[in-house]
Amino acid sequence: MNNGTPTASKPRSAARSITVRIKRCDGPGKPARFESFKVPVEPGANIISVLQWIAAHPTTDGGQRTTPPVWDSGCLEEVCGACTMVINGKVRQSCSALIDDLAPAEGDTITLEPMTKFPVMRDLMVDRSRLFHNLRRVKAWVPIDGTYNQGSGPRESPEKQEVRYTLSTCMSCGCCLEACPQFTPEPDPAAWNTSFIGAHAISQARLFNLHDTGKELATQRLDALSGPGGVSDCGNAQNCVKVCPKKIPLTESIAAMGRAVTLHGVKRFFGVKD
Amino acid sequence: MADKRVIVVGGGLAGLAATVRITESGLPVDLFSVVPVKRSHSVCAQGGINACNEVARQQGYSEYEHFDETIYGGDFLADQPPVFEMTHFAPKIIDLLDRMGVPFNRTPEGFRDLRLFGGSLYKRTHFAGATTGQQLLYALDEQVRRREDEGRVTKYEHWEFLRPIIEGQGDQARCVGIVAQDLRTMQIRAFRAEAVVMATGGCGLVFGKSTNSIVCTGAAAARCYRHGVWYANGEFIQVHPTAIPGADKCRLMSESARGEGGRVWVPRRQSDTRHPNDIPAGERWYFLEEKYPKYGNLVPRDIATREIFKVCMDGMGVGGGNQVYLDLTHLPASTLHKLDGILEIYSKFVGDDPHKVPMKIFPAVHYSMGGLWTRHVPKADHRGLEPGNPGQMMTNIGGLYAFGEVNFAYHGANRLGANALLSCIFDGLFCGQSVANFVRDNAPTGATPQALLDAAVADESARQDRLIRGPEGGGSDPNDNAYLIAREMGEEMTAASTVVKTAARLQQALTKIAALKARYARLRLDDTAMWTNQSLAFARATGDMLLLAESILLTGLARKESRGSHYREDFPDRNDADFLRTSVSKFDAAGGTHQLSYQEVDTALVKPRVRNYGKVESTAKSAAPARQPALT
Repeated sequence: MNNGTPTASKPRSAARSITVRIKRCDGPGKPARFESFKVPVEPGANIISVLQWIAAHPTTDGGQRTTPPVWDSGCLEEVCGACTMVINGKVRQSCSALIDDLAPAEGDTITLEPMTKFPVMRDLMVDRSRLFHNLRRVKAWVPIDGTYNQGSGPRESPEKQEVRYTLSTCMSCGCCLEACPQFTPEPDPAAWNTSFIGAHAISQARLFNLHDTGKELATQRLDALSGPGGVSDCGNAQNCVKVCPKKIPLTESIAAMGRAVTLHGVKRFFGVKD
Repeated sequence: MADKRVIVVGGGLAGLAATVRITESGLPVDLFSVVPVKRSHSVCAQGGINACNEVARQQGYSEYEHFDETIYGGDFLADQPPVFEMTHFAPKIIDLLDRMGVPFNRTPEGFRDLRLFGGSLYKRTHFAGATTGQQLLYALDEQVRRREDEGRVTKYEHWEFLRPIIEGQGDQARCVGIVAQDLRTMQIRAFRAEAVVMATGGCGLVFGKSTNSIVCTGAAAARCYRHGVWYANGEFIQVHPTAIPGADKCRLMSESARGEGGRVWVPRRQSDTRHPNDIPAGERWYFLEEKYPKYGNLVPRDIATREIFKVCMDGMGVGGGNQVYLDLTHLPASTLHKLDGILEIYSKFVGDDPHKVPMKIFPAVHYSMGGLWTRHVPKADHRGLEPGNPGQMMTNIGGLYAFGEVNFAYHGANRLGANALLSCIFDGLFCGQSVANFVRDNAPTGATPQALLDAAVADESARQDRLIRGPEGGGSDPNDNAYLIAREMGEEMTAASTVVKTAARLQQALTKIAALKARYARLRLDDTAMWTNQSLAFARATGDMLLLAESILLTGLARKESRGSHYREDFPDRNDADFLRTSVSKFDAAGGTHQLSYQEVDTALVKPRVRNYGKVESTAKSAAPARQPALT
């Protein structure tokens, strides 16, 4: 006997074809080019399933054999942040980008490009090391003594948990950085510590300053956010909050940390501890 | 210990917890991962993490009860001392995660909130919304980043493990390092270490579409297996009852949906075409609640999956198809709020609002109970493990450990929901100490001849060249590639070796895998670039997945009984006399064959008993019970 195949849960459209334009690049410093593919799509298809099909059938719509496109992906359910790219000009996760929404009619075209703020490794894949580095700048962790048993953590109200949980769903995808006019490409890692840190890291600083043990490092986080590339570099374009797939209140975080940095500066001026 | 190092392969919960504990003992760690560790598959875990707690304790629950549930849930196949230790250690893990800042849901007074989960009658699952795995992973990721900042951890992200380097034979075999490849520059090189921890997760991709992430190929485990590490209980693959099928993967709809009161049903009348909200309660068949009055929708996953599967095979699925309703529409907004994480996934990917209409779900491959064989050292009375003993969760190769889903140790023939996060972190913390002690007690590997390392690198380079150039003498099919082979493998494995298995179907699948292996041997890559070559990495993994698939089919064929997730239609009963045993596969590299043997299970504490969760008969035609099951 065979184990059954599941019934497609959303037969919104019949099987059909679309055109997918992919910005290709063989490696850092290499020229970019576009390649188009004609792809049959099943109901419920997303960008990932389309890319998987192209990888298995790497022939352009002009009939030319090419290499399978390179792209980043992980969980495919918009919780790991890996598969961020620019789809029809908009930065987002490709797993939750459904073909029926993007290209509803037969023959419609979808354009896929890599994010522009990070170095392209190849095709749609970029190197987001700087994003993770910036989490180190704000010491985005709780400084516990160690992992040996010491009893439970601090009690917390449901209201505060709600705030922290929302901030803690940031999956380091990079959408807020791609959309930010102040966050510009910086290929030199030596300059990362003084270039704009980005909404995601500012919001993480707020997350850890809210925790009873995490706030032990609050002064160091505010020092980091006071310097060059800190919170005052934010130009208040508010693009970050509009593109955040997890609806994290990034502009609230920036405002909160901006106030904290100002207060921190005043206290420092008068020699008062935080 | 300045010149001694430990390698951890895999940056999910098990690998990160191990990294933190090992660095705490003073040893530097080299952490390898194919993805930035913050994107590891643990991020997908939703429902929660189990541990006895003060509320449940005062209702009659205990760590021992958690232990007994886990053993019963696993159909008695798990060795009991590791499970005893894990369940008794569990409350400490919750406290630690709490100190790390995990935003666990809270009661109005500020204590950690709890939810009900499968296989238990007590609330003993701690959770952070419906993205608990993500929150736990982030907490450990943050602690590892802190140690990276202090220079105690070196991360090798976007590096792929290719094989262990093993010195000596038999009892003297010792792992002295690994071969790994930088997935950007494609450089292959050897890394020396005093001990290596494999924490590389499961093998969902062997079954094509599963709930797993794209990296869960099982290739790392298969590469260990290829080089002499034993593989245990591979035939036990968990098929989760509630997932939403998609074009690229099956997305999990957490067991917490049922833990918070969600109900599974189908219309009593076959091919009832009415909208679900128009079908009155009396005309709905809540088959899990009717068949299992005590546990209801929260029977363990293997049972729920078989029941859902049977309903669909009998033509009673929604619209006559392979789907049933998972209904949350009756739950209050405050309860649904705790499930936001998964409800968002459902509405984003399916387009329907689960607050208003029942979700349509079907089972999907989810977790591997089996994995690399590991030893354990019990206490004299078998009530737990000897803390710090270097043997805990070490494979048959000295100094090579396996933690988390990649080992076979805790879940027997079926894992209970919310025990996976627990076993991963338990391994990392409790057995991480064993790794540190092993390094302390054993001679350093500095004396290992460089030639051994060089030979391993040369061997992997040759394997790669073969894929790039194609077979000796040509003969490759220009229209074939690893993506096509992997797809066929996944479809075959899902069809033959998941919810229901028979000897004939497993044999047929073995023939198919042999044909795919022959095609694989003739592969030649389209992409020969030596820069960020994803198709090379995938093609290599496909060869390893085929090996694992074959082993899974062979052990499934040999286990002529039904136990937990392994259901043989031709042998429908559990057979303790012959099969209350761990299956152990050993790969004979010279002959390319799998050698299967069995080991006794340590059942010192709980004697095997009938496992039916109080099942009674119910059919779609039986009258609906007057009693509404209590919802929590």
